[in-house]
Amino acid sequence: MINFVLLISRQGKVRLTKWYSPYSQKERNKVIRELSGVVLTRAPKLCNFVEWRGHKVVYKRYASLYFCMCIDEDDNELEVLEIIHHFVEILDRYFGSVCELDLIFNFHKAYYILDELLIAGELQESSKKTVARLIAAQDSLVETAKEEASSLSNIIAQATK
Amino acid sequence: MAMSGMRGLSVFISDIRNCQNKEQERLRVDKELGNIRTRFKNEKALTPYEKKKYVWKMLYIYMLGYDVDFGHMEAVSLISAPKYPEKQVGYIVTSSLLNENHDFLRLAINTVRNDIIGRNETFQCLALTMVGNIGGREFAESLAPDVQKLLISSSCRPLVRKKAALCLLRLYRKNPDVVNVDGWADRMAQLLDERDLGVLTSSMSLLVALVSNNHEAYWSCLPKCIKILERLARSQDIPQEYTYYGIPSPWLQVKTMRALQYFPTIEDPNARRSLFEVLQRILMGTDVVKNVNKNNASHAVLFEALALVMHLDAEKEMMSQCVALLGKFIAVREPNIRYLGLENMTRMLMVTDVQDIIKRHQAQIITSLKDPDISIRRRALDLLYGMCDVSNAKDIVEELLQYLSTAEFAMREELSLKAAILAEKFAPDLSWYVDVILQLIDKAGDFVSDDIWFRVVQFVTNNEDLQPYAAAKAREYLDKPAIHETMVKVSAYILGEFGHLLARRPGCSPKELFSIIHEKLPTVSTSTISILLSTYAKILMHSQPPDPELQNQIWAIFKKYESSIEVEIQQRAVEYFELSRKGAALMDILAEMPKFPERQSALIKKAEDTEVDTAEQSAIKLRAQQQSQTSNALVVTEQSHANGTPSVGQLSLVKMPSMSSHVDGNSADPRLSPENGTLTVVDSQPSSADLLGDLLGPLAIEGPPSINVHPQPSSNPGSDGTVVEATAIVPVGEQANSVQPIGNIAERFHALCVKDSGVLYEDPYIQIGIKAEWRGHQGHLVLFLGNKNTSPLVSVQALILPPMHLKMELSLVPDTIPPRAQVQCPLEVINLHPSRDVAVLDFSYKFGNDMVDVKLRLPAVLNKFLQPISVSAEEFFPQWRSLPGPPLKLQEVVRGVRPLPLLEMANLFNSYHLLVCPGLDPNPNNLVASTTFFSESTRAMLCLIRIETDPADRTQLRMTIASGDPTLTFELKEFVKEQLVSIPTTTRIPIQQTPTSPVAQPTSAPAALTDPGAMLAALL
Repeated sequence: MINFVLLISRQGKVRLTKWYSPYSQKERNKVIRELSGVVLTRAPKLCNFVEWRGHKVVYKRYASLYFCMCIDEDDNELEVLEIIHHFVEILDRYFGSVCELDLIFNFHKAYYILDELLIAGELQESSKKTVARLIAAQDSLVETAKEEASSLSNIIAQATK
Repeated sequence: MAMSGMRGLSVFISDIRNCQNKEQERLRVDKELGNIRTRFKNEKALTPYEKKKYVWKMLYIYMLGYDVDFGHMEAVSLISAPKYPEKQVGYIVTSSLLNENHDFLRLAINTVRNDIIGRNETFQCLALTMVGNIGGREFAESLAPDVQKLLISSSCRPLVRKKAALCLLRLYRKNPDVVNVDGWADRMAQLLDERDLGVLTSSMSLLVALVSNNHEAYWSCLPKCIKILERLARSQDIPQEYTYYGIPSPWLQVKTMRALQYFPTIEDPNARRSLFEVLQRILMGTDVVKNVNKNNASHAVLFEALALVMHLDAEKEMMSQCVALLGKFIAVREPNIRYLGLENMTRMLMVTDVQDIIKRHQAQIITSLKDPDISIRRRALDLLYGMCDVSNAKDIVEELLQYLSTAEFAMREELSLKAAILAEKFAPDLSWYVDVILQLIDKAGDFVSDDIWFRVVQFVTNNEDLQPYAAAKAREYLDKPAIHETMVKVSAYILGEFGHLLARRPGCSPKELFSIIHEKLPTVSTSTISILLSTYAKILMHSQPPDPELQNQIWAIFKKYESSIEVEIQQRAVEYFELSRKGAALMDILAEMPKFPERQSALIKKAEDTEVDTAEQSAIKLRAQQQSQTSNALVVTEQSHANGTPSVGQLSLVKMPSMSSHVDGNSADPRLSPENGTLTVVDSQPSSADLLGDLLGPLAIEGPPSINVHPQPSSNPGSDGTVVEATAIVPVGEQANSVQPIGNIAERFHALCVKDSGVLYEDPYIQIGIKAEWRGHQGHLVLFLGNKNTSPLVSVQALILPPMHLKMELSLVPDTIPPRAQVQCPLEVINLHPSRDVAVLDFSYKFGNDMVDVKLRLPAVLNKFLQPISVSAEEFFPQWRSLPGPPLKLQEVVRGVRPLPLLEMANLFNSYHLLVCPGLDPNPNNLVASTTFFSESTRAMLCLIRIETDPADRTQLRMTIASGDPTLTFELKEFVKEQLVSIPTTTRIPIQQTPTSPVAQPTSAPAALTDPGAMLAALL
């Protein structure tokens, strides 16, 4: 299973973290520190796997961002590498050629999308189309609620004029 | 840019991005946290929008790595918001901020459950996602049936069902009992008929987890898995959106093949044939293509197919095909494939027939040892280690030694350990072994653990033929200008023991040996100085006839170190000085070390241990274990043919027997390192009684008094001269006080009072762990007695001293715990009536000469029989009123309370299963809690608690406790008081006072109740 997902920028800034195994806050910070040290310093053109504390970290760099997923020793590495790419493709489709800034200012969207992709550290949906449809449905739910609220406040504003 | 629509959030993120340095960022974050904190203080005034915004900001700050220690409640409370936007934020932030062990999650269980069983599909999705990501044991127990219902419901849409499948997987991982095998196996098989590939993918993950624990129950799934695999491999009926770069869902293919690896065999010949057809198609039909993602995806499937072929023990032809493929992979340019080629070739080693084919690739693998990528080098090292045998050991070990000088620090320790093990296991001759180890120390001394040089010393000591050679080699290394300290240790030790065998060679007279060794003394640490002193004493003894000049030189050194502040050095100096003046007596005492008992190599053991530690329930590992049972025997016989020498290293492969047969009470402690060798010799060959007393005297005084062992009545009387004299002669270990517990016993106990598993006791020899499950008034505990050592623990006794109110039954505890073994002893507990008394475990064992006896409180305490229950206002108030006053409802003003913020007090209550029900009491300074108590006499009984605190004075409060049983009310009141009054350790009865016999146990509850004074105090 995937124990955690980590997005780190080239400068070592954390852009997203998701923990499927229980880590305390202290452990989380330690893991991030250690792994940034390991992953960011790897030269290009090496393999996408790093062995780390009895686990494996599968990572891939997209522009300035490193996507890392920590898996168990016996898990299938390439499968996870393509989950990363699958995630990136979905982000790309949602934001329209995604860049790091999108993920900074809309980090919450990245969380929503990840939740449609993975649960319990396992792949939930392998169809990009389905994920896109579900995210769009969520967005419209939020949008509708907002409109309702604003129309309601309009009515109140009108009434109290 | 800002699609979020939350301006405040975007502004804050921009601000952070504009910070020039970390300091500025910290200031900005602190300001924001302060702002959020004040806003949250007046929660009522916040609009849902604002609340959402602040919670997101908290998550952002948390992600930046700052501690966010407040506001969790606000995040959790958003979960119960009625509208989707707030609820969504509540769920997602909670699951990112908290982990499964967080107390607040418990508060949300009911809301989450309502969302799951409710009719709103979007709410169901949110709830399932959160539980799937961070749900813990409690979630498992309360939600699993509902989640199962959703998964198999025909009225639920796929988007809910796929989430339910993975949610159930999580709950199953937390507590496997929540999935009832009998009922579920058929359902699981039905789920595999699912048409929606999203649901099928999730269900397949669930199946993998289920079969990994119990494949027998799920046989009916096997043919369906093969069907699915066929359908995917043939690309039949796969919607376009479920293909990935033209490959039908590679993830589902991988998972299906993973599930198949947990079934031991496939007996049905038709099923087997069709599976092999598919596998053959994958093995042969996967080509390298230009597109990276397509390549990765197809190879993900290919490597899984390889693993499945290995598992199924295919015909030799197919296996050779696999090895050929892997041989191709380890030579390609693409680093991922190269890495996986090496990794899978290592796994392939377990297949018996193909080892020779793998050996053909040795040269290529050695090249990978020089790869620029450390990940690949590690795989290459592992593979070389695994494929090494008598035929290629020399080549491989020499490659490893060569590589050692250039390897990076991260790998040197592993590398040297592996080289040492291979050299020992497969040495064609023993002098080669000595050469390898000395080279190893020379090249990578810092990374050679003590075990490695201890081992070479054992070999040399036990093999007379080897001794002159080893001594000569050691002498050679001493000529080098700068040598590693470990080399000083090993050479000094070997030359001290066997230097005299070289006496006729040039440069090897006692005097010359002494001076070349003594040259190193100024540069070495204290532990090495001790060894050097022993060496000098031995050299002195071997110089016959005595050389007065050498004698004076060495005596001067002993004299000098007599005042060393290091006790070990001082003692050796004093003893050697005195001994060496005794003349003939010296000969006996400093004679050559006796042979070491033959036993498992510490190195190989170490390697095995690390393997066991990382072992999981994986198909590959399980297989490895099955195989190793047969292969051990093979190696042993093969070896004894190969060389007629006593095969010390080879014995190591046989695990237990060789250990236990050598250990008996009198033999030298096998853990003694050669450093302590001289003392052992003196120990076992006493020349006179007073000498023995002298030697043991200081050690006996040194032994620190233990804190956990109580004075034995028998040793108390006559505590004057005679007793002291007696203890001076008794070997140090005989004293019961010599073993110190690790960690604080009281703290461990208190920790276990609020959780159900953990360590109860630990000392250098044993670890006692405990795991408990509580159901109503019954408890099922398991004691885990783990022997941490390489010798057995004997005379093990465990006696339970239960208080009156508990019926406890401990299953048989074995008299002996084998080395490194863990014994599980179930303990059943039944709670008869309410009481705060504590059960005690009287545990004793013997290790060598150490007799250890400890009395440990068992965490079968009152709160374990409580189950939190949430009551609504409609339920609470009628109950509360129906219990009018004493003795069913007791009130007390408690003073001297630990001042706690209300929130922490609520946490404290929740941790003891007293569920705080917010909102029942209109006064915000008050807490109302409810729980159900279970015992045989009371059955399930509702208990209600109200705490009124005084915001002006946090050290006092008034509490009211009500239940339907007077004893229960009283005991619960006292229990709560104990938790509140001060640090629990001081209020509990100290262990020493706990009566050692159950009969003498006072029944405190009724006594207190009949005491009018106590009654009065309780009523006030």
